[in-house]
Amino acid sequence: MTGLIIVLVVIAVVVLIVISMYNSLIQLRNRVKNAWSQIDVQLKRRHDLIPNLIETVKGYMKHEREIMENITKYRSQAMSAGTVGEKAQAEGLLSGALGQLRVQVENYPDLKANQNFLALQEELTSTENKISYSRQSYNDQVLFYNNKIQMFPSNILAGMFKFNLEEFFQVEDEKERAVPKVSF
Amino acid sequence: MMWELIQSNRRKSLVLFFSMGLTLLLLGYFFGSAYYPDGGGFIGIFFALIIWGILSLISYFSGSKILLAVSGAKEVTKEVHPQLFNVVEEMKISAGLPAMPKVYIINEIAPNAFATGIKPENSAVAVTAGLLARLNRDELQGVVAHEVSHIVNRDVMFMTFAGIMLGSIVLISEVFLRSLWFSGGGRYSSKSSKSSGQGQMVIMIIAIAFAILAPILAQLLYFAISRKREYLADASAVRYTRYPEGLASALEKISDNSIELKTANKVTAPMYIVNPLKLKGQKLTDLSSTHPPISERVRILRNISSGANYIDYQNAFNKVKRGKVSLIPSSGLADQTTVGLKEETISPVSLGLNKQTQRETGDIMMKVNNYSFINCSCGLKIKIPPDFKKSELFCPRCGRKHSIQN
Repeated sequence: MTGLIIVLVVIAVVVLIVISMYNSLIQLRNRVKNAWSQIDVQLKRRHDLIPNLIETVKGYMKHEREIMENITKYRSQAMSAGTVGEKAQAEGLLSGALGQLRVQVENYPDLKANQNFLALQEELTSTENKISYSRQSYNDQVLFYNNKIQMFPSNILAGMFKFNLEEFFQVEDEKERAVPKVSF
Repeated sequence: MMWELIQSNRRKSLVLFFSMGLTLLLLGYFFGSAYYPDGGGFIGIFFALIIWGILSLISYFSGSKILLAVSGAKEVTKEVHPQLFNVVEEMKISAGLPAMPKVYIINEIAPNAFATGIKPENSAVAVTAGLLARLNRDELQGVVAHEVSHIVNRDVMFMTFAGIMLGSIVLISEVFLRSLWFSGGGRYSSKSSKSSGQGQMVIMIIAIAFAILAPILAQLLYFAISRKREYLADASAVRYTRYPEGLASALEKISDNSIELKTANKVTAPMYIVNPLKLKGQKLTDLSSTHPPISERVRILRNISSGANYIDYQNAFNKVKRGKVSLIPSSGLADQTTVGLKEETISPVSLGLNKQTQRETGDIMMKVNNYSFINCSCGLKIKIPPDFKKSELFCPRCGRKHSIQN
């Protein structure tokens, strides 16, 4: 009789531990998803702003065709990218191209005085800042989640219920590589 | 990590907070005893607590509203100043605030800013029009980050309650001293018999001394709380923006100004990013100053070179102060990951000219007050007050006709 009770208690405790572990995994995964959607909103916002920017800039910048073509190309690449890693890379290239454009703007005083352009530039700058600030919190969440998945004992449960590792959103490296090279 | 920082901040503040509370209770006790030697002390404590309680309740439920109203701040929409809105939103994301703070603009030329909101869910950031006109994007971001970190670190909460305690102490002392003045001490001489007169006299003297000293003591405590928090808010601002130079040059620009903020007073002063009140002949390291000297804050910010984490700020602080003062709790320093610094944002407009700054300030103020603008093709910017009734007007310079949509 006591043996049965002990067995039952042990089973109950194990079940409770498993449930709470599973729930915390779900919670962490949702946090990662939530953090990602924060970034995604800003990325979409940037993609929406770019056609307007190109439209405004086109009339002024006759000699920067290549930069503008690059921006359009990277934008569509970024929009069609599937995984986080692909997205991060495409967005990094896009940031680089936009940075080049920003440097070139200095040569066009008329453009710099255009109110429409100034408003667009402010929105773009802000969107880029928001991306970079939300990226940090996303990566923090991913690190936390991935640690949990790989560490014992939650890794057993993660394997059973197919919790997969999430990718970091790393643009920094690409951004540094794509630093606008200006030759005078 | 941030939570531990807040916790330790809270513990330190509680010590100071309780010493202020003790001052308040002693004040009540001595005043009570001075009037009624038998058990009057406890009645005094009771009244002191009631006054403090009522003031605290008022400040808890409508403190930010009162503060914003007193400083003449007006809530604005994104259309009035898109950049300010964007910057606040960026800092909200970076600091992980649960909700977007409300944005207010104060109609003042003096550059300054403050934050309110006892709870981070319901907070507000207010900046003066003069600040908006003077600062570029990075600098504005630095200032807003500093204000947002006051909200995140729960500084606003403690400054509000400490301010209320200070207010109660000042109020009670004032009432006591005035009542003495009017009654001329007659009550005490008539009530007490000759035998207990001497003891009563001593209590009376203690009470008077207390009435004079307590407000000063409380103010010093209040300012001590305030000063330390400014450094921590600077450190957090660096972490949020990852660009120390922004805040450094903003502080420099703000301190350059010699205009006093009219709508600030002694109790609200610690809420602002720099002390809005200019005291004549005040020494920089004066005990009674609410803020650390700006030149020192700037020097610390400029000494940050390796990264934007708290440990980088602490290192820069030690370098400037040439000592080892633990400014940031060890839990904040435990996180030694490198947080990379950001590059400078290329800002399209830089306002160097004084005249241009003033014009910009005026424009922002008018926008806040619902003025509309028409850019005439002759280059003149026509400002139309909100109560302008006619549907068309002529440009005063070139005579072109403009129609107004209302």
